[in-house]
Amino acid sequence: MQSPIELEISRRNLIVSSAAAVAVTGVAGKAAAQPAGRAMNLTTKLSFTVNGERRELDVDNRTTLLDALREHLHLTGTKKGCDHGQCGACTVMVDGRRVNSCLSLAVMHDGDQVTTIEGLGEPGNLHPMQAAFVKHDGFQCGYCTPGQICSSIAVIEEIKANIPSHVTGDLTAQAQMTAHEVRERMSGNICRCGAYSNILDAISEVAGIKA
Amino acid sequence: MRAFTYERASSVEAAAQAAAGNREAKFIAGGTNLLDLMKLEIETPTHLIDVNGLGLDTIEATPDGGLRIGAMVRNTDLASHEVVRRDYGLLSRALLAGASGQLRNKATTSGNLLQRTRCPYFYDTNQPCNKRTPGSGCSAIGGYSRQNAVVGVSDACIATHPSDMAIAMRALDAVVETVKPDGSKRAIPMADFHRLPGDTPHIETVLEQGEFITAVVLPAPIGGKQIYRKVRDRASYAFALISVGAIIQPDGTGRVAVGGVAHKPWRVEAAEAELPKGARATASILLADARPTEQNRFKVDLVERALGAAIAEAKG
Amino acid sequence: MQFDTPATTNPIDQLKVVGKPIPRIDGQLKTTGRAMYAYEWHDPKLSYAYGYPVGASIAKGRINSMDVSAAKKAPGVIAVVTAPEIGDRKKGKFNTVKLFGGDEVQHYHQAIALVVAETFEQARSAAALIKVSYTEEKGVFDLKEAMKTAVKPDEKQEPDTKAGDFQAAFASAPVTMEETYTTPDQSHAMMEPHASIAAWNGDAVSVWTSSQMIDWWRGDLATFLDVDKEKIHLMSPFIGGGFGGKLFLRVDAVLAVLGAQAAKRPVKVTLPRPLIMNNTTHRPATIQRIRIGAEENGKITAIAHESWSGDQPEGQPETAVNQTRLLYAGANRMTAMRLATLHLPEGNAMRAPGEAPGLMALEIAIDEMAEKLGLDPVEFRIINDTQVDPEKPERPFSHRDLIGCLKLGAEKFGWTGRGKPGARREGNWLIGTGVGAAFRNNMLLPSGARVRLGNDGVVTVETDMTDIGTGSYTIIAQTAAEMMGLGVDKVAVHLGDSRFPVSAGSGGQFGANCSTAGVYAACVKLREAVAQKLGFNSADVAFEDGQVRSGNRSVPLSEAAGSEGLVGEDTIEWGDLDKTHQQSTFGAHFVEVGVDVATGETRIRRMLAVCAAGRILNPITARSQVIGAMTMGAGGALTEELAVDTRRGFFVNHDLAGYEVPVHADIPHQEVIFMDETDPMSSPMKAKGIGELGLCGVSAAIANAIYNATGVRVREYPITLDKLIGGLPDVA
Repeated sequence: MQSPIELEISRRNLIVSSAAAVAVTGVAGKAAAQPAGRAMNLTTKLSFTVNGERRELDVDNRTTLLDALREHLHLTGTKKGCDHGQCGACTVMVDGRRVNSCLSLAVMHDGDQVTTIEGLGEPGNLHPMQAAFVKHDGFQCGYCTPGQICSSIAVIEEIKANIPSHVTGDLTAQAQMTAHEVRERMSGNICRCGAYSNILDAISEVAGIKA
Repeated sequence: MRAFTYERASSVEAAAQAAAGNREAKFIAGGTNLLDLMKLEIETPTHLIDVNGLGLDTIEATPDGGLRIGAMVRNTDLASHEVVRRDYGLLSRALLAGASGQLRNKATTSGNLLQRTRCPYFYDTNQPCNKRTPGSGCSAIGGYSRQNAVVGVSDACIATHPSDMAIAMRALDAVVETVKPDGSKRAIPMADFHRLPGDTPHIETVLEQGEFITAVVLPAPIGGKQIYRKVRDRASYAFALISVGAIIQPDGTGRVAVGGVAHKPWRVEAAEAELPKGARATASILLADARPTEQNRFKVDLVERALGAAIAEAKG
Repeated sequence: MQFDTPATTNPIDQLKVVGKPIPRIDGQLKTTGRAMYAYEWHDPKLSYAYGYPVGASIAKGRINSMDVSAAKKAPGVIAVVTAPEIGDRKKGKFNTVKLFGGDEVQHYHQAIALVVAETFEQARSAAALIKVSYTEEKGVFDLKEAMKTAVKPDEKQEPDTKAGDFQAAFASAPVTMEETYTTPDQSHAMMEPHASIAAWNGDAVSVWTSSQMIDWWRGDLATFLDVDKEKIHLMSPFIGGGFGGKLFLRVDAVLAVLGAQAAKRPVKVTLPRPLIMNNTTHRPATIQRIRIGAEENGKITAIAHESWSGDQPEGQPETAVNQTRLLYAGANRMTAMRLATLHLPEGNAMRAPGEAPGLMALEIAIDEMAEKLGLDPVEFRIINDTQVDPEKPERPFSHRDLIGCLKLGAEKFGWTGRGKPGARREGNWLIGTGVGAAFRNNMLLPSGARVRLGNDGVVTVETDMTDIGTGSYTIIAQTAAEMMGLGVDKVAVHLGDSRFPVSAGSGGQFGANCSTAGVYAACVKLREAVAQKLGFNSADVAFEDGQVRSGNRSVPLSEAAGSEGLVGEDTIEWGDLDKTHQQSTFGAHFVEVGVDVATGETRIRRMLAVCAAGRILNPITARSQVIGAMTMGAGGALTEELAVDTRRGFFVNHDLAGYEVPVHADIPHQEVIFMDETDPMSSPMKAKGIGELGLCGVSAAIANAIYNATGVRVREYPITLDKLIGGLPDVA
């Protein structure tokens, strides 16, 4: 596909002309910094690694990891679906574990390693899970997709690491790589387009689960 | 979300002290419920004390054969722990029935106990709610109450405690260990930890200002078939309509705690004496004082049926 | 291009590209997080400000005053826009309820203010500081009560239809059934919240938004702003789901535009998830009464379907009786719709409006009638098939293969040997199977496109068509590729931009057929331009493998383009083939469920849909539309209900934790079979809609399977366990 990115560029030009008339006021994050009763700030500096790259930010303490990624680092592949931990669209990996980035403060991730969808692969060089999602059409609108893919990769690792799930039969035995297990473990990622059956096919291919 | 200052606590004592002098301070651990509520300004701390770096993330054997679970042990790690899986299956099952993989990776043991209700009126700041705004009234009474409590309720509040984990902790006779700002420690049995709503539904536990949970201790394992039966509309990623945590011994005796029905994990020792007679006898005592609404009357039957299924499963 | 005679053989029939299972051409962008949704457009040279909306805290009344002083003084706040200040504005064509402006509150969470600040955190925090004084008014919120005062809606809606004499035929029928069914209010709950960025440039404004219908939004936004439509540039290249919730201009776009005006900066606005379900539209609840009379042999002689629904003043009924006018034979029939005034949020289109809730009721009723007659429900449906419009027997269906769907589905599913209700048990599970017919009309809207052939041999399609997950990018690329003799890798597709020709847009399952037909028309123009440029006779010119051939001459397409390139632009317009013929799509859903004998929890074990919807343009994306719809239908059957607080007048469970849509664990492997067919009456593509058909009838198939499993007939959706456990075997 000749991507809409070309369009993005032409639109950018269009917008730039309008920006010339606008005075830039304020810098994100700083405006909230007012001294509290205690000698502490409402903003905090942090340094973390995102997709292998060291990033420094000075953020409003209220900034979630999700908004730090999307609004500060412009890594908008991680999606805001509900902002309340009810949909999973914001799933990223922190120090190798999947979490909802909407329910975590950026300031609590100083020193952490964060991997987002952008860190897994890119057009022309897809991660095997991304390729499997394309092949099996494991998405429609695409909005939950980055979260689904991050979760999918984590789920395979979690099963291998013998982390049990709600549907694990014998808690004392090694967790099994089955469709039933994958469905349960993926349930924190809602897809309203209803691509679940195809997502399972994509994960099954990567995980080696027989249909 | 109101603006807040943020500090990383350097020790348990420092954390408790930082909170002691500031009623507007809150501890933050996993943040999976607190941040949710802060975004809606249901919780409005002006200072957050990050307690994640205190090393309270280990699970250790106790001298009397039990387990001490650090307050910051993540739900995933607790559910996956070898000894928990083998000897406290109910706890592992309850944890795994809750939330999602992502949330369990963040949510902590103490945070789970301190979860606030999921009553939709509590979550909507436009609506009266005695728990959120004492004295404003209860919207759930006479309103949408399908999910709400049926037992231990008051005229002020019919909210439930949403935790799955707490049901297992209650059935296992866990004890919550805390440190107060003055450095004193106490051990609070799960039976006493959560309160019924009464006239003060905004006070949910017996913790004092600044009192900090350091661990939850499980007594030595008691064996038995351990079953956590969570009943919900969708198959996963949903709060319980009701849940039954049961430990059934080979002779038919046992313990049962029920979730989704009350402001705290619901366990009635007198009811447990009836377990050998079956679910109906047990449930009739367990929920003898039930005061359901029209919309949640079904929970009374559902507890009996789910308990019946659990007993049948235990008998294999 | 005027499409007024049935399609004959055309280049699409080559099926070298169209009809092939080509993976989505936007798939790599979506799976790598590079597809840019509305809120994500970012120009580093711009200084964006953040807008956070405030919703009314009452359901009905007036704003006496708003105290915004604290919000204005809050850190980082640039501007506060309030509804009373903005005043009453003209409402666009497509909204029932105003989006913003004035002091009247018409429903809960109606937007009343926007706070614009330097950061999202500051805007959200300041928004909570606004204090509002209201005079609350009494409203009507309970459909069961309001149905007593419901009235006949606008005649445009055809509220009353009849043929023959229903009353007499029903009275004399040897076998009859009469039941009342209810469907609840449902929410679209698309994953991407409504979101917009607006940037003014002088008196013109650019808006990045999440819209299914670019031109409708643009027109209504122009009306609201009282500016010329040409001053608005609307862009929506990726949409994170819509399902009807983004058909009509929403307040995020309005607020972004007003906020940007006030802040003199580009402003981005997203609706917070807890605001969406009451602020935006929803599928209205219905109460439906169905009566069927039949001969002993199963022939329906009388059928009546009445539906009551509610909406805001000047609103519309949920057209739940529509399918009953067309789905089954029967000489004596009537339908009626009555509309009550409710002051709940605006009811409006959600995926398969009318048919989705209508079939939730009708297809249970058919199951009940089959049981009364002692007939297999598949057989009963086959007996009552019709190949003509039952109200106007002179008017045939363009193509109708419901019987084929039912028969093939029954065979593939293993329908025979289905037991009596409550007869099959596996361990703790009561097992049952159910069937439901699927039916959805095929609608035709004009659709335009521009195709440009570059000297690199690449064909670029531009249309304001949207891809809401439906696969528009891909099927449009396939259409242009087929027409121009290329592979999809030589086609670029640009969608969702108001600078492009106006398309059908995405809705009513008309998008795929109409928008590709528009691209077809534009390609016909381009082919003519190419032929003319080369001096070929356009009647015998062939476009193959990147070459243009005529007789023994062959020229590469890139060469034909010349340095300037060539352009073809056209709009497909429709004659009266949809009047002379009834154009509809058909299907059959087969479902197996297990119901926990103790708790009444229903879990779906198997799902199969067989669909007859004309030519399938891309079996991958079409299948995804169907399984997605089946999933939504599973939610509708089992969990989805906006709970109404009839005292306070709002939907209580207004987030994704309270409103339960299906999760992975709810959905089994799903099978979809497409009947191999074309419908030349429908368009040059010979395709019809598929995006909504998959939702139609599936909830009833699940309901019927639950009945077959348990013997408990539930007529009030959703079929939650509390409605079942009273009828389940004793387990204690």
